[in-house]
Amino acid sequence: MFMRKFLAAAAPAALFALASPAFAQQSPNLGKAISVEDLASWDISIGPDGAGLPSGSGTVKQGEAVFMAKCQACHGEKGAGTPNDRLVGGQGSLPGDKPPVKTVGSYWPYATTLFDYIRRAMPFNESKSLTSDEVYGVVAYLLNLNGVVPESETMDAQTLLKVTMPNREGFVVFTRGK
Amino acid sequence: MKETSRSETEQVAGNGLLHRRMFLAGGAAAMGAGAMVEQTGAAPLAVESWMKIPGAPFNGYGQPSKYEEKVARTWASAPGTGGTGSSRTPHHLLNGMITPSGLHYERSHSGIPDINPDTHRLVIHGLVKRPLMFTLDDLGRYPMESRIAFVECAGNSGALFAKQPAAANIQAIHGLLSCSEWTGVKLSVLLQEAGIDPAAKWVLAEGADASGMSRSFPIEKALDDALVCLYQNGERVRPANGYPVRLLLPGFEGNMNVKWLRRIKLTAGPTMTKDETSKYTILLPSGKALQFVFPLEGKSMITHPSPGLTVRGPGLYEISGLAWSGYGKVAKVEVSADGGKSWGLAALQEPVLPKAVTRFRMAWQWAGGPAVLQSRSTDETGYVQPSREQLIALRGDRGNYHNNMIQSWVVDGSGEVKNVYA
Repeated sequence: MFMRKFLAAAAPAALFALASPAFAQQSPNLGKAISVEDLASWDISIGPDGAGLPSGSGTVKQGEAVFMAKCQACHGEKGAGTPNDRLVGGQGSLPGDKPPVKTVGSYWPYATTLFDYIRRAMPFNESKSLTSDEVYGVVAYLLNLNGVVPESETMDAQTLLKVTMPNREGFVVFTRGK
Repeated sequence: MKETSRSETEQVAGNGLLHRRMFLAGGAAAMGAGAMVEQTGAAPLAVESWMKIPGAPFNGYGQPSKYEEKVARTWASAPGTGGTGSSRTPHHLLNGMITPSGLHYERSHSGIPDINPDTHRLVIHGLVKRPLMFTLDDLGRYPMESRIAFVECAGNSGALFAKQPAAANIQAIHGLLSCSEWTGVKLSVLLQEAGIDPAAKWVLAEGADASGMSRSFPIEKALDDALVCLYQNGERVRPANGYPVRLLLPGFEGNMNVKWLRRIKLTAGPTMTKDETSKYTILLPSGKALQFVFPLEGKSMITHPSPGLTVRGPGLYEISGLAWSGYGKVAKVEVSADGGKSWGLAALQEPVLPKAVTRFRMAWQWAGGPAVLQSRSTDETGYVQPSREQLIALRGDRGNYHNNMIQSWVVDGSGEVKNVYA
């Protein structure tokens, strides 16, 4: 009798506890705290605000040397493409009904993406092997080939952020039904 | 034939489509008996060797029958790479709603990494109060949730944008779609443990593969139904599908379901990664491109019959296929056997689940003449799958991604099935 009364009273309270914010504190909490320093080697994404861009710099000339040694075999002389993606040209090819030529110069909206992607994924067979100076150099070289920066340009955390890509305004955020 | 059988075999649309009660209420048996010409067996039944001697012993992990070797993925790789590209599910050789794990389509950007689960880590950081690191043992101790969900590459069915219909089968055209039961930890639970900074509006997910595949998505999705998956169809996620841990964003573009998940970063805005700017954006005739097209739209396709599955002689057939929507459940599927002139309602095979594929079935009495088969899905939001003409009128034919137009298969007089535009 006593037991039944106890259960009847306790059950709603227990259900309430499950649904209340107190339950979040009962989460397993098994993650270990990790410091910004300890995760720095993985924190390699660079957004349009450039936060996290490393120190270092590279010129168009320096980038050309890296490109010829490590990129050209797949992306062609001066980024003209074949066997893999074309990186240069195509500006003006986006509207209409002819096949578009989508390259860094004609399509990519942010220069920060170029730094992010080359550093994380290129060269294909040894990704994450380029130094920051080498990545800045290749970025400078590709932007110069696309007419976005002059041949005298040096890329670093500051100058990269000043680059406005030709297709910066080329994107519309999708809404369903359009 | 009794009265009810007559209504069960009634035509509901042109060129031989029969009411969906046909298969559900035993009408097929009634009709089959009526239509069948009595035949005698060609020879006495053989007592085969396997009926007389003991079979194979047990083994640790079962494999399909050796007679099923043709049920396999096909793939294409980028020049100079072995594992950058995609492999495709052979839907014409499967039935049901679950794709066997070994036949799940793959899209990899730098091969399949050989990840040691003991040293793999998942890090959650960025706009959180406490950056956290989890081992797989840690994740395995959390309360888990299972759901059946499709994963579809945004580039699936892109072949239908070609000016002329390709001589291709369903695997080549629509093979970048698969459906599994996924089991894992709700991402929202892990994020709440890390403590979400109110400034966090987006989430970056990143893989541990050599390409560091990465995509951004709105934090609302993370707090809704995002799942950090350890299991696929009951066993640990296969290496090709993200072992030891992958993200599942139900209904969203395939590559956003980041495989080999190593890092989740909360951010104020999208990171604008390579795969959400230069790829996976839809170029319109105006020259502008649609960005952040996350859920896959309502869509369907007939798997049986389809190219390679020759229809052998006039008679009763089941037309069957898959329908799905990244926005919810499939509400109905209509089938046409006359190129869209008339439509009949298909039966939906239970279970019908949100953001999962639904198998549909339709009875078809083929008289032996040419027939153009189509399926058209409507999802629970009322969205109707568009025709090829409608989709191209909306977006042009250079968009590459999110092609959900109605597929047409022609069955010619000899029973051969081909991809056509109708």
